[in-house]
Amino acid sequence: MSGVEAAPHEATAPSERPAERDRPEPVIRTRRLTKRYDSLTAVDRLDLEVYPGEIFGLLGQNGAGKTTTILMLLGLSEPTEGEASVMGLDPAWEPREVKRRVGYLPDAVGFYEGMTGRENLRYTARLNGLDRMEATRSIDQVLEQVGLTSRADDPVSAYSRGMRQRLGIADALVKSPDLLILDEPTTSIDPIGVVEILDLLRRLVDETGLAIMLSSHLLSQVQTVCDRIGIFAAGRLIGVGTIDELARTFGDGSATIEVGLDLPTQAVVDRAAVTLRAIASVESVEPAGVGNGSWRVRVRPADREDQVLQDILEAAVRERLRLTAIRPIVPSLDDIYRVAVERPLPKPKGVKRRGSKRPDGERRASANRSSGTNGPRGTDRPAALAPESRPDSPAETDEGQP
Amino acid sequence: MSATPVPAARPALRVPHGGWRVIAAKELGDHLLSLRFIVLLVVLGLAASIPLYFTADFIKTQAPAASGTPAVFLALFTIGSPDYTFLRVDSFVTIVAPLLGLAFAFDAINGERSEGTLPRLLAQPIYRDDVINGKFVAGLAVIAVALLAVVGIISGFGILRLGIVPASDEIVRLIGWIVVTFIYVGLWLAFGLLLSVLVRRAATSALIGFGVWFVLTIFGGLIVTIIAKAVSPLTGTTTDQIIGQAQTQQFITRLLPGQLYAEVTKVLLNPSSNPQADLPGSLGQAQQAAQQIPSTILTFDQSLLLVMPQVVVLVALTVVCFALAYVAFMRQEVRA
Repeated sequence: MSGVEAAPHEATAPSERPAERDRPEPVIRTRRLTKRYDSLTAVDRLDLEVYPGEIFGLLGQNGAGKTTTILMLLGLSEPTEGEASVMGLDPAWEPREVKRRVGYLPDAVGFYEGMTGRENLRYTARLNGLDRMEATRSIDQVLEQVGLTSRADDPVSAYSRGMRQRLGIADALVKSPDLLILDEPTTSIDPIGVVEILDLLRRLVDETGLAIMLSSHLLSQVQTVCDRIGIFAAGRLIGVGTIDELARTFGDGSATIEVGLDLPTQAVVDRAAVTLRAIASVESVEPAGVGNGSWRVRVRPADREDQVLQDILEAAVRERLRLTAIRPIVPSLDDIYRVAVERPLPKPKGVKRRGSKRPDGERRASANRSSGTNGPRGTDRPAALAPESRPDSPAETDEGQP
Repeated sequence: MSATPVPAARPALRVPHGGWRVIAAKELGDHLLSLRFIVLLVVLGLAASIPLYFTADFIKTQAPAASGTPAVFLALFTIGSPDYTFLRVDSFVTIVAPLLGLAFAFDAINGERSEGTLPRLLAQPIYRDDVINGKFVAGLAVIAVALLAVVGIISGFGILRLGIVPASDEIVRLIGWIVVTFIYVGLWLAFGLLLSVLVRRAATSALIGFGVWFVLTIFGGLIVTIIAKAVSPLTGTTTDQIIGQAQTQQFITRLLPGQLYAEVTKVLLNPSSNPQADLPGSLGQAQQAAQQIPSTILTFDQSLLLVMPQVVVLVALTVVCFALAYVAFMRQEVRA
């Protein structure tokens, strides 16, 4: 399930995937879904599928059409053209049936401030037709899941932003939905809160098998938690797939491996350079010099990366080079996103992300890719790398916020 | 890419009905515990009990002389003391009751919007009109509670001070008056609801609501006179012309809810009142009134018959206000 190992099998477009026939019915399917306001086309002929048990990230700038899409999926806004199907139902015609099965966390969710967290949830439960017993049981369960049990009887006005967001997720979960739609779930949350929320989402999917669709304009978070990503720009979906697929679609066909080498003399440095360049499929090597430095090895074609990784390890042992670290560098979603947005459309003026300062994000063995830590991936995060690999996820999460 | 099995097919989910009841129950609970309810109850109570204090003494001194006067108990509501003739329960309620309606509706929808709870509420399996219906019903319920409380206080106080127990006809008239007052406050509630849908900020909608209330209450009569003079200027001095202008003025006056309500109140609370005599609609009516046997006492159904048009207009205005609010809300985008 790691995006990396599975990559060669998923290289084809979604519709041609071998696994296609085994897949369960999608929980969300849209066909040429379009929403036009007078002159503005907010969503333009959207074709989208989301499957049970996956986290799908809707990535796009503010105003790209994410929220409009979500509102149409919930039957809160009527599509101008095209159709949507959620849990096999048409939200335009059966909005209540859809809303009974789908939990929704709106952008900038609000609660009745004078009521406690538990009372707010109880109101939602009542609106969903749960009787007193069911409601109590469900509320206790979701409060436990989001970790708010101890504060559940405090008024919401005393909650922090992160707690409100978690209460919002609890509120969406109270009806035991099959699908969770989260609009900007991590906006204006502090970095630790973000990590907590993303962990919670992953845990939910792993434990209950529900599907989650979340929208965000924060790239790194989407990258951390989502199985598949759809990139939205100006109302159009310009790319869908796993990060690796997107990287392949929008990348230049090469991959980069970072190799940490501790080399005592210039002679050894030269020997290391020669050794690395000699490995098959290595396009170029960027040496670091004497001492402990990190070398960059460029691999082309990109799908030879795993083999090259193996070869580097063997060569290092053979040549007695002191290897301190080795890890593949995936193009960050920032890069993919910038390329994707710029390719089919005129360059958007709004791309002003600090993330561009960090062109490469390393591949993290995050909770969602638990199986990815086996095999060659095992060398992914030696202890020595931990300090420098850590800062990038939280540091970026709060970007784009005023 | 995992293909986790779909969660085991669950029994068909029942989609709940009657979401408006859940919303109304929650709103009613909010209202009854809210500070504004307590404040308004106090204001309304004061508005009713201050005139009552003076009136009761007056009635008590006059009562022995006026034995045989119909509906002495209802006089508590309709007459002032000789010192302060403007201090009358009915006119105070006419002025203060709209505040009750406005207070429980001016932030009904825009309040949810600004709190960010509206999208969350609409994402629940309810019809969209459940929200506005539930809020309207809750508002009506809280008004009913407040009115009954105030009338109960007045009656109790009156019975104690006067030592007079209302007769059955008086009780029926009182109930009729409460119902009409309820409709009148309901009109302002619907108006407040309309403002809360149309105006995005609760403070603005409160200001507009209270502004309208103030203008109608204080300048209502003046405005009517100005419009009447503009529409049908007084061209001659014949009786017909004078009456013609009076009719125009009366017609316009009857578009003002406060005026309608005042007319209804007057007739319902005073069995000997006849609006045709007080405000003749035509020369014929004026003559008729002149020939009327003085101090005729009407039964309740006769009184009701007299004010039916006014009551119907009050109901119609309420329905129109609510319908406008309803339509506006249904057509609004969920997103602010």
